Amino acid sequence: MNIVVTVKQVPDTWAEKKLDPSTMTTDRKNVDNVMNEMDEYGVEEALRIKEAHGGEVTILTMGPEKAVEAIRKALSMGADKAVHLTDESLAGSDAILTSAALAAAIKTLEADIVITSAEASDARGGVMGALLAEQLGLPQLTLARKVTVDPEAKKVTIERQTENGYATAEASMPLVVGVVEKINEPRYPSFKGIMAAKKKPMTVLSASDLGLASVGLDASTTAVDSAEPRPPKSAGQIVKDEGDGGTKVADFLASQKLI
Amino acid sequence: MAEVLVLVEHDGGQPKKVTAELLTLARHMGEPSAVFLGGEGTYEKAKSFLAEYGPAKIYIGESAEFDDFVVAPKAEVLAQLVATTSARAVLVASSPETREVAARAAVKAGGGVLWDTTDVTGDLVATQGIFGGSTIVTSHVKSGTPFLAVRPNSTSIEPGSGAGVEERIELSISDAAKVAKVLDRVVEAKSGRPELTEAAVVVSGGRGLGAAEGFEVVEKLADSLGAAVGASRAATDAGWYPHQNQVGQTGKTVSPQLYIALGISGAIQHRAGMQTSKTIVAVNKDPEAPIFELADFGVVGDLFNVAPQLTDEVTKRKG
Ligand SMILES: Cc1cc2nc3c(=O)[nH]c(=O)nc-3n(C[C@H](O)[C@H](O)[C@H](O)COP(=O)(O)OP(=O)(O)OC[C@H]3O[C@@H](n4cnc5c(N)ncnc54)[C@H](O)[C@@H]3O)c2cc1C
Ligand SMILES: Nc1ncnc2c1ncn2[C@@H]1O[C@H](COP(=O)(O)O)[C@@H](O)[C@H]1O
Repeated sequence: MNIVVTVKQVPDTWAEKKLDPSTMTTDRKNVDNVMNEMDEYGVEEALRIKEAHGGEVTILTMGPEKAVEAIRKALSMGADKAVHLTDESLAGSDAILTSAALAAAIKTLEADIVITSAEASDARGGVMGALLAEQLGLPQLTLARKVTVDPEAKKVTIERQTENGYATAEASMPLVVGVVEKINEPRYPSFKGIMAAKKKPMTVLSASDLGLASVGLDASTTAVDSAEPRPPKSAGQIVKDEGDGGTKVADFLASQKLI
Repeated sequence: MAEVLVLVEHDGGQPKKVTAELLTLARHMGEPSAVFLGGEGTYEKAKSFLAEYGPAKIYIGESAEFDDFVVAPKAEVLAQLVATTSARAVLVASSPETREVAARAAVKAGGGVLWDTTDVTGDLVATQGIFGGSTIVTSHVKSGTPFLAVRPNSTSIEPGSGAGVEERIELSISDAAKVAKVLDRVVEAKSGRPELTEAAVVVSGGRGLGAAEGFEVVEKLADSLGAAVGASRAATDAGWYPHQNQVGQTGKTVSPQLYIALGISGAIQHRAGMQTSKTIVAVNKDPEAPIFELADFGVVGDLFNVAPQLTDEVTKRKG
């Protein structure tokens, strides 16, 4: 079974994130970057499927040169190989263009299962799984909190998280699976894993390798016009409970006409 | 006047409040038309609600296939409707599933998608809070039809007076849209309380509750305020409260009038889901807890003393 996992490099969760004023896109240069935390769950799920049923796990990342650090992290968790789609012309691609580029790369990989995670911590779109299914014309099993693979029948069944519970959904391979963080507990890379990652095969692709012509900032379907830091909240009032804390909150709520 | 499509957000036909917000917002952009896509016989439940908010037209598509297959049938029909109406824009609710519908429909219709918007002007410029709300951007879709996913609770509702002319959609859902089959749906959390993303008041509990039983304190306060109950991931991971109630980056995003955090430290992933609440109250025994940076009013103290007293006060002052 060929499993492809999309992994994104994002600014560190705790870093102060900014937009680059010249392009109005996320500043990825002047900030510490990490592998998107949620993608660890996708990699973990792929490794579990491989461990149960055999196969090969390929990491797919689109991003600047230094996104290779995120790829290495995924490889050190145990993935077998990686594809790094990197090209100046791809910079600034919005979600739809990114999905077209990732889809073009996936087509070269003969994937049985494509795994994305629900959300990247920078853009928080939560739409990549749906977009990849659309671009590739494959079944969409996203928002999965549980995944069951039947390799003989070439079927995948998931529990899809809904507003008030879940839906059981099923589709045949090849397909796109999107996972939420309830699905598993990602492993930490072992020292052996970290050493082995350095020798694992990595293919670097450019936009023209995939015949991608209209990509990047200018071709994007969306544009950011302005950005302002959120006006600082005026400091709130903090009191110590002297046995009347609840009453004080009630007074505050009443003063704000909230009760 | 150009038509603006509003996808009705509903639960088995029963429209959610955000639908009224979208119809209100759409009036600034053109002539709003509601689009109802749901199971057989479900439109009946939406009829009077929609009449109150006065779309000019209501497009109705009823088919079991909308529920029997994941996302694709709705995306396909919505994209077809955009083509036949030459709609100026499409407004949808920024909920996880509907965002997926909008994204796929945008690809089909050759448009673009913006999510988590909190306002959209008549010129279709959207406001979004990004990076957990720390930066406010304005943005627009620059090619094709804009699909704009708007966050619930960000628009104040006004009634409308459109004619609400009903038109049945001739449905033709392709086989390609019927490949991810829904076998079963299970409702896990039915509490009788308002829904988290729509509630005007949310009371949330975290690890400070200490055990599942601790949530009684949260629920009692919530009920005195007519509020929804939320939880931090620490609390849902521990199994103290259902995951559906998790607030944060990987849970629900809420922006109520009032958010009360009990025994929650205010980790960045939690903030990402509640930072835009209008008023924030926090109770925590640690004066250094980061949640106090966000709080309009904070009490350093034991929630098991403060919350029940607050519940009593609220009940008293209401009564
Ligand atoms: C990929 C990823 C996604 C995540 N997504 C989310 C998410 O969606 N939502 C989310 O909430 N978290 C999320 N987290 C987890 C987040 O990082 C925190 O671990 C979590 O929010 C902490 O929950 P908490 O505040 O309840 O617990 P803690 O951080 O342990 O805080 C408990 C607080 O309770 C206080 N306390 C204890 N007892 C009392 C008492 N008797 N009275 C008053 N105060 C008391 C303590 O002082 C402390 O401040 C995510 C993490 C990761 C890695
Ligand atoms: N540039 C990228 N390269 C690889 N994977 C990506 C990229 N952008 C998004 N993804 C995948 O899509 C998921 C959801 O991203 P988003 O829709 O941006 O929140 C991420 O967690 C990744 O798995």
